[in-house]
Amino acid sequence: MSDAARAEVVIAPPKGFKPIDFRELWQYRELFMQFAWRDISVRYKQAVLGVLWAILTPLVMAGILTLIFGLLGRLPTNGIPKATFYLSGLTVWLMFAGLLQNAAQSLVSQAGLFTKVYFPRILLPMSSMAVPLADYLMAFVVLLGIAAYQGFVPNLHALYVVPLCVLWATVGAFGVGLWFSALNVYYRDIGYVLPFITRIGLFASPVIYPVSMIPARWHWLYGMNPAVGPIEWVRWAVFHVGPTPEPVLFVSIPVALVLFLSGAWFFRKMEHTFADVV
Amino acid sequence: MIHVEGIGKRYRITEGGARYGTLRDAIAGGAARLVGRGGPRRRESDFWALKDVSFDVAEGEVVGIIGRNGAGKSTLLKILSRITPPTEGRIRLLGRVASLLEVGTGFHPELTGRENVFMNGAVLGMRREEIRRKFDEIVAFSEVEKFLETPVKHYSSGMYVRLAFAVAAHLEPEILIVDEVLAVGDADFQKKCLGKMGEVARGGRTVLFVSHNMGAINRLCGRAVLLEGGGLACEGPTSEVTARYLSARTAEVPAVAFEPDPAKDAQIVRAGLVDRDGVPAGGFDLRAPHGIEVHYVVRKRLADHRVTVRLSSGAGELVVASFSNDNREGLHPVEPGPYIARMEVPAMLLVPGDYLVGLSIGQPNVRTYHQEEAAFRFVVDGHDLLIRQGPTGMLCGQFFPWRTGPAPEGRSEAAVARPRQSAGDVG
Repeated sequence: MSDAARAEVVIAPPKGFKPIDFRELWQYRELFMQFAWRDISVRYKQAVLGVLWAILTPLVMAGILTLIFGLLGRLPTNGIPKATFYLSGLTVWLMFAGLLQNAAQSLVSQAGLFTKVYFPRILLPMSSMAVPLADYLMAFVVLLGIAAYQGFVPNLHALYVVPLCVLWATVGAFGVGLWFSALNVYYRDIGYVLPFITRIGLFASPVIYPVSMIPARWHWLYGMNPAVGPIEWVRWAVFHVGPTPEPVLFVSIPVALVLFLSGAWFFRKMEHTFADVV
Repeated sequence: MIHVEGIGKRYRITEGGARYGTLRDAIAGGAARLVGRGGPRRRESDFWALKDVSFDVAEGEVVGIIGRNGAGKSTLLKILSRITPPTEGRIRLLGRVASLLEVGTGFHPELTGRENVFMNGAVLGMRREEIRRKFDEIVAFSEVEKFLETPVKHYSSGMYVRLAFAVAAHLEPEILIVDEVLAVGDADFQKKCLGKMGEVARGGRTVLFVSHNMGAINRLCGRAVLLEGGGLACEGPTSEVTARYLSARTAEVPAVAFEPDPAKDAQIVRAGLVDRDGVPAGGFDLRAPHGIEVHYVVRKRLADHRVTVRLSSGAGELVVASFSNDNREGLHPVEPGPYIARMEVPAMLLVPGDYLVGLSIGQPNVRTYHQEEAAFRFVVDGHDLLIRQGPTGMLCGQFFPWRTGPAPEGRSEAAVARPRQSAGDVG
């Protein structure tokens, strides 16, 4: 074996707080890639269908939202064509919801793995994020195309704003996902709670309306949803219309970090019992 | 190399509890307790699956772990494999560890054979580079070259197992922990696997090997550890430990009795293994027929009834389910009173090993009056014969009547004179 010195492993009862062991995660990077690649490869196996699925979901949903809220309601969309406005919000929201949902199911759906082999358990929720991110990439390209067709050219800031927004949303979703994935092992009705959350979240995020619809004095509260900031900033970068989003929306950056850290704490605290309970 | 010190594992058992609750229940329960008038908390009790187990394994040693079901073997394996932590004690392992609790962990049905080799290899702890280097060897071992680009969901179970074992067989850890994974595939492939295991063992690797197959344990392991009821019963040279295990196993009386329960319209009161004359037997000698005798009472006239015997192997697989009305047509009404039903088990049918008997009595397709999933166990003896000969994992007893002798005059001369003929030459 190329591993130089002989590794010593000590197995003992778990004690106290265990932070995420980044060195161990690095050792397991190949397995992480393998998990991520597996999900992507299964998803996009039939290339056409996989890609179509990633793109059609937001397109069809945007179409439905346009029919319902665009034609019946009178919600402003900041001078952006309604369908495109919805699509830009939806793609980010669907990514957020997908990240959350996949992470939450990652343990329960792969119990056969971690009850048979040791690896850092957190690899499962981590690698489950590959598919929603890949889906987003594809949907984003379509969004850019549609926006360009309608005469919107993204500003230069998009080059870093969009990746940062994805990171922002990912950290938030992963934090919540960690909580749910661990809880899901113990309480199987989490599986029923999640769709409920993602459905409500759609309306608690600026997908079908701009943030300006919300009274300004509530923005600090509204902005705590870690999907709100990214949606607004991506929209700003892609369509380049209207003022820059308010700074108060950055409130969800610390929120996302707290969710992530507490999620990691909870996950690490519970992980040693997963194999016994599941 | 492996130093196991005072290992114990405690499980909490919640009475009448499901394995996992629901969030709804947890919230409701918490709220009720908060208000101070919750129902009685579900009673919990402790169960030590392992207690105070210590042993050492030296470098290059091949050690067998044996014990009945429930003796704590799987728990020990899970702890050694770091799947679940011990409640107390400590284990030190020096060297790269790979554990094989099943073959094909991480296989994904949608992925091709080739992709799954990499997936499975990674899950078992192989580096990508290492898998690439051994890829051809793995494929050759598996004998599924032709289907490498086919998703494994289209594989037959035999092909699947071959490929999975091929990956596992090419692991090169310093310490290998193996569960009963050899009981897979057909006899030829098993032989190949055992051969490979022997190679691994001779290759100076440290191996911990769990099995019910005393033949394999005897062949592969120099030393063995016997677990009983979660504790270490003895350790030492394999032949001594396996002998003790086999003799201890037969000590248990294969019979059971149940408290009368007037609420049941029909009830099993006692049952057990009997020999061909109906005398209670301590064990099942493979060479003679035996019976499973069920004494039951009927407390009310029933329009129909039947007794069911379910025979499962020690590994939990159903061997046979038989009904007392199997060979009779129509209804079988009974008047109240005591009855005896006996199921005959022919000689040479069951494979030597542990068996679990499940019993029930009821009206077919109407209702069950009394059911005991795990009524009693018995052992089919014949291990001395089994150890001597090859294939394991057969589904049915191995001893068939044979007659060998010289061929009668004139019948085999032609064959002897012309040893090999190609098909084309004939006729």
